[in-house]
Amino acid sequence: MTDQMGISPPPTARSEILLEARGISKGFPGVWEHLILEHIDFDVRAGEVHTLLGENGAGKTVIANILSGYYGKTDGEILVKGQPVTLESPRDGLAHGIAMVHQELMLVPAFTVAENVMVGLNAPGLSFRKQAVEQQLDDLVAHYGLQVDPRVRVEDLSAGEQQRVEILKVLFHQPEVLLLDEPTSLLTPQEADQLFKVLRAMTDEGKGIVFISHKMHEVFAVSDRVTVLKLGKARGTMPISQTNEDDLTRKTFGETVPDYMERPAVEFTENAIEVDRLIPKGLEKKAPASGLSFALHKGEILGLAGVAGNGQSELIASITGLSGVSSGTVTILGEEMTNRTPRAFIEKGVAHIPERRREMGIIEQMFVAENVALKDYRKTPFSRHTILNREEITRHAEEIVSRFNALVPDLWETECRILSGGNIQRLILGRETWREPPVIIASHPTEGLDAKAIRHTWELFLALRAKGSAILLISEDLDEVMSLSDRIGVIFEGGIVGVVEGENANREQLGHWMAGGKISAAA
Amino acid sequence: MTELIIASMMTMMTAATPLMFAATGELICERSGVLNLGVEGMMLIGAVFGFATAAVTGNASLGLLAAGASGILASLIFAFLTLTMLSNQVATGLALTIFGTGLSALVGFDYVGETIDRIAAIHLPVLSDLPVVGPLLFGHDPLVYLSFILLIGVALFLNRSRWGMILKAVGDSDVSAHAIGYPVVLIRYAAVAFGGLMAGLGGGYLSLVYTPLWAENMTAGRGWIALALVVFASWRPERVLFGAILFGGITILQLNAQAAGLGIPAAFMSMLPYIATIVVLVLISRDVVRIRLNAPACLGRPFRAER
Repeated sequence: MTDQMGISPPPTARSEILLEARGISKGFPGVWEHLILEHIDFDVRAGEVHTLLGENGAGKTVIANILSGYYGKTDGEILVKGQPVTLESPRDGLAHGIAMVHQELMLVPAFTVAENVMVGLNAPGLSFRKQAVEQQLDDLVAHYGLQVDPRVRVEDLSAGEQQRVEILKVLFHQPEVLLLDEPTSLLTPQEADQLFKVLRAMTDEGKGIVFISHKMHEVFAVSDRVTVLKLGKARGTMPISQTNEDDLTRKTFGETVPDYMERPAVEFTENAIEVDRLIPKGLEKKAPASGLSFALHKGEILGLAGVAGNGQSELIASITGLSGVSSGTVTILGEEMTNRTPRAFIEKGVAHIPERRREMGIIEQMFVAENVALKDYRKTPFSRHTILNREEITRHAEEIVSRFNALVPDLWETECRILSGGNIQRLILGRETWREPPVIIASHPTEGLDAKAIRHTWELFLALRAKGSAILLISEDLDEVMSLSDRIGVIFEGGIVGVVEGENANREQLGHWMAGGKISAAA
Repeated sequence: MTELIIASMMTMMTAATPLMFAATGELICERSGVLNLGVEGMMLIGAVFGFATAAVTGNASLGLLAAGASGILASLIFAFLTLTMLSNQVATGLALTIFGTGLSALVGFDYVGETIDRIAAIHLPVLSDLPVVGPLLFGHDPLVYLSFILLIGVALFLNRSRWGMILKAVGDSDVSAHAIGYPVVLIRYAAVAFGGLMAGLGGGYLSLVYTPLWAENMTAGRGWIALALVVFASWRPERVLFGAILFGGITILQLNAQAAGLGIPAAFMSMLPYIATIVVLVLISRDVVRIRLNAPACLGRPFRAER
């Protein structure tokens, strides 16, 4: 495929409006009484990429879900080519030529690529034209350069390939409007570039594309127009040529995010974590024979970048005691801790901010105060001779809640499950860091937080670093890794492929490593 | 000797038939992601209503219809509770079995000791009179053939039709099926109802053909064997056939062993199907990939569409 990225198509202001939302509002019943979308006007024209930009929780996904028929709306109107329509289900959306690629992959893992496509077709129930579908898919693959074998089971594909399957799946319906919800979250930067080329090929055919993102450089790489969303309200729509990164960042996040947070230089001497030739359980087949080795010093932030599913979860599990080690050793603060229990790691001073916060970070059915005390309840002053000291726990929970600005109705009556992801994360951050632990394993620590809270968290991490905490930061968000890390390592298929000083890191080099390219560090 | 073997094989087939019915139904139900542990209860309900209808009308075929219909009704109670009210499937299924046991005893109270004309074995001229092959292939009652046809139909439906794929998609990834726009809950209702129909027919077979009378708790654990059979077959219809004949065979073996006075305790024989199931479970769970390919990923998980 030729490189079409650099050449912007002519302004699309006068082409036909394919899909339009007028005054869309949405409120969920129950816990969230307020509207999560308020009177949104939005449209997408033939031949353009219209980006919805906003931070987590701004309502981008909700708009896309309403436009594709996945959600109902509370108020407002949807028009397809000027005609008002009612979308009762995603089927209705597809019937009107609107297709959506969800952020979580909506595939049946046990089915082949072709079978996943077939399930969604509008064909007679007793028909079974697998070979015909495979043929058509081969054509689509060739046409758009979306490399995927239709005959392979989806569960055997990488995340990036599964993403392509999702796109193929909806392209099969020949939609006129394609909505993509954060499609790059599972891709390496190079794979993302490839995706952008495919999107360009689609707009060249007159399709309209709604692209959802919170990453600024992507917005400029792919959009014709951009609409900024903040807390459920539209903050204006503009052609990409009439704005710039600073302007958009201010509109979206309220402040700019530094590429690299300044910090005092520190001489790193003592090791906090040493991992030597480690192969965690579950990675035996994938990992290189030499395993995974790295050292994290006291007072250092080591960022671990990588596409999800390359062994991050297994590594974290083996250095927090959550699951076993197949071979190699884990040494924490000078003591060998290989295959010790989670409690042993906690006692040693390893704090863990887990990636699946609802499942692993809290107990959803327990109250806020109980969750805050979850790792300390056995110690004085929170309990004495196995009797809990409720006053002390309350006092402690109050302090954490106010220090971390968590929005919590009541400490002893609010079950954690009704809190938003961002508020849960605030509680976890508070619980894990208040003791200023010597070692912190943080997985996606700022996911779901707003810009102000992200900034606070980063400052907290730097403050902890200054006090000598060693922080292992695992994130798919390159921006975060690059802003915070003293050093950045890239994990690929259970091994570390490259390490670079945080200050000198650049996106292309990291992206190259994330895709498995084994070229020695430039720095 | 030949006659004895033929007779044993004939009874093996009739012993396998109720298991085939119930297991085929439960297989469809579980493939849609719903675990209905009420098979035993639905079979008892089918057996008693089938028998009562036949006894009142004097028509065993009508009885069979009643058996299927009552099975559907019983399964719809389960479907409403688990799919609409989102109650726990395991607990609700167990409750359905307990309910079915009690209800069937109550309804059947007046029919204990009554007899009916059973649904007769078919007799085709020439074909049924062939030596050996005749009785084995062409000498059964119509329901034996129906159970085969339904099983083959279900196998074709699952592997060779788009509807079958949709059903599997609902059981394997309910969220994805919903995202493409399929009515997940409705499809599960249909699958549960099919399971009820088949369990009802299986129960009806017992009281209308196998032993044409009503006795309290006459299914004697066959519903549980059918459930085990689905796991034993690792959710594949073609393996249900093999398993049903195997488990049916064990039942017959157990009767014959008792009659021959071999001294093997009956209780030991009747536990064999369950041991076989446990062995199969252990074997397939040794291979993580295989169990993932077979067991429906959403089995037992409640689903509610967000809108």
